[in-house]
Amino acid sequence: MTELWNGLLKALELIVTFNPEVMAIAGLSLRIAVTSTLLAAIICLPLGSLVHFKQFHGKRVLISLIQTFYSVPTVTVGLLVFVLFSRSGPLGGLNLLFTPTVMILGQVLLVSPILVGLTVSALSGVDRTVTDTARSLGASGRQTAFLILKEARFAVMAALVLGFGRAISEVGLALMVGGNIKGFTRVLTTAISLETSKGDWELSMALGIILIIIALVINVVLNRIQQRR
Amino acid sequence: MSFIELRDIRQRRDGRDILENISLSVARGEVRALIGPTGAGKTTLLRLADLLDTPTSGMVFFDGCDTSASEWVRLEARRRMAFVLQKPIVFNTSVYENVASGLRWRGQGSRHLRERVLEVLEMVRLADYKDRNARTLSGGEVQRVAIARAIAIKPEVLLLDEPTANLDPVSASRIEELIEGIIKKQSLTVLLATHDMAQGQRLADKISVLVNGRIVQTGGLREIFYSPMSREVAEFVGMENILDGMITSCEGELAVIDVQGHTIEAVTDCHSGENVSVLMRPEDITVALTRVSSSARNSLAGTITRTLSSGPFCRVEIDCGFPLVALVTRRSAEEMGLEPGKRVYATFKAVSLHVIRR
Repeated sequence: MTELWNGLLKALELIVTFNPEVMAIAGLSLRIAVTSTLLAAIICLPLGSLVHFKQFHGKRVLISLIQTFYSVPTVTVGLLVFVLFSRSGPLGGLNLLFTPTVMILGQVLLVSPILVGLTVSALSGVDRTVTDTARSLGASGRQTAFLILKEARFAVMAALVLGFGRAISEVGLALMVGGNIKGFTRVLTTAISLETSKGDWELSMALGIILIIIALVINVVLNRIQQRR
Repeated sequence: MSFIELRDIRQRRDGRDILENISLSVARGEVRALIGPTGAGKTTLLRLADLLDTPTSGMVFFDGCDTSASEWVRLEARRRMAFVLQKPIVFNTSVYENVASGLRWRGQGSRHLRERVLEVLEMVRLADYKDRNARTLSGGEVQRVAIARAIAIKPEVLLLDEPTANLDPVSASRIEELIEGIIKKQSLTVLLATHDMAQGQRLADKISVLVNGRIVQTGGLREIFYSPMSREVAEFVGMENILDGMITSCEGELAVIDVQGHTIEAVTDCHSGENVSVLMRPEDITVALTRVSSSARNSLAGTITRTLSSGPFCRVEIDCGFPLVALVTRRSAEEMGLEPGKRVYATFKAVSLHVIRR
């Protein structure tokens, strides 16, 4: 118990003194997760809108398929990305394996189903009368779609936060395609898993606390935004 | 050609004809009411007129253009109209932005836009609310935002679907006044759907009666209210007394009609021997305690079966061998002591009756 307590105190010390190693790891984690979430958003918001607004055969099947991939194991995506980018893989020539870039690509793949699926449900949550009202006021198809996206903004934002949460907290993919290289691809989760197995609890705990603080800050911000509606 | 013209429209949905054989033309500047009971197809008809939906068959012309030409033609036509839906919703943003939305979608310059939005907000008396989130407004206020949003774009055509149906009486009459003011001030073409025939009467120049997906009669106010062409219209416009009988003799325009052994005289162009229905409005029947000798041709003795007060009036149901409903003021009902069982005379003029062929 005392060991745990000491560890916790040490961890706090590492955080409040802005320990360079801890800060570097946290910074990289944030950078990778934010970039991948934004990239995924740029792709998935239009894609989700397309799925919502277009009528086509197999729409329902597609949506259930997307929802199935909400919980795809991170290591499965890791395996796919690894195979694609390994030296002998189809994209091996790009020499991206074990770089932050490939981690971002992997995370984009990982969170895309969540973003597309939740965008679709966010848009379907908007009252159908909104569409009629917009059209009756002279909105074109594109203007109507934008309005509906705007009406669904809180739900879409929640989807983004959820996607970000999955990106920053996953470990399997980051470990497999990032390689946990110190100072280069080492992020919060992979560092925690390594330091714990090495017995360096203090560092692990400090990183864990930072991870929780990030989650907390995001939730507070999201709640603030939603309360303003 | 008329400004808005619907030709041979049929609208089928879920294996059911919602509208059938509809032809409707509205002239520029005309205020037309579409009246009919709930479920008659009024909303469907307005949606077709606003080009939100396309008919199963038939054509919709707007200002002489066939609107089935392209989506572009439809959008351009739609941008000259504004439609206030039956249950209006507001967008989740400020009142100001709600009212501005139609102008923004038309690419209106920002200075003109601000001026127009403020002007319209003033008109609906919501200027103080401009920065409030529209979601926090009450039902009547939402309705006013919806109307402001519609007229902000200076439409040539205003489509209104039951503009007061979901409101309390005070808000309803305010909204009605507002609409009346707008119609008078700007020479708009209006298509107003309502189940409230009195509202149609107050606002419209001309009325079309829609029953079960068909337009059963179109005409001026007097025509619809006093000379309905069918039983359906008669029932809807409040001709509560509908008596079936046969014309036994005619003398010029004055016909003698036998209704279950009783004789009623009415002015009609129907001929002797024809089976007819005699229609009369309850307010055209006078109730008296003694037989009145006046110019009124008809005076029937009967017994009151029921009285029912509604506001300043009293509905009196009389059995004269057939049931009759009369509407008298509450005061005179009290003075005469009208109550069930009392013997009275129901008197009505031959000219106040409307006779239709069966």
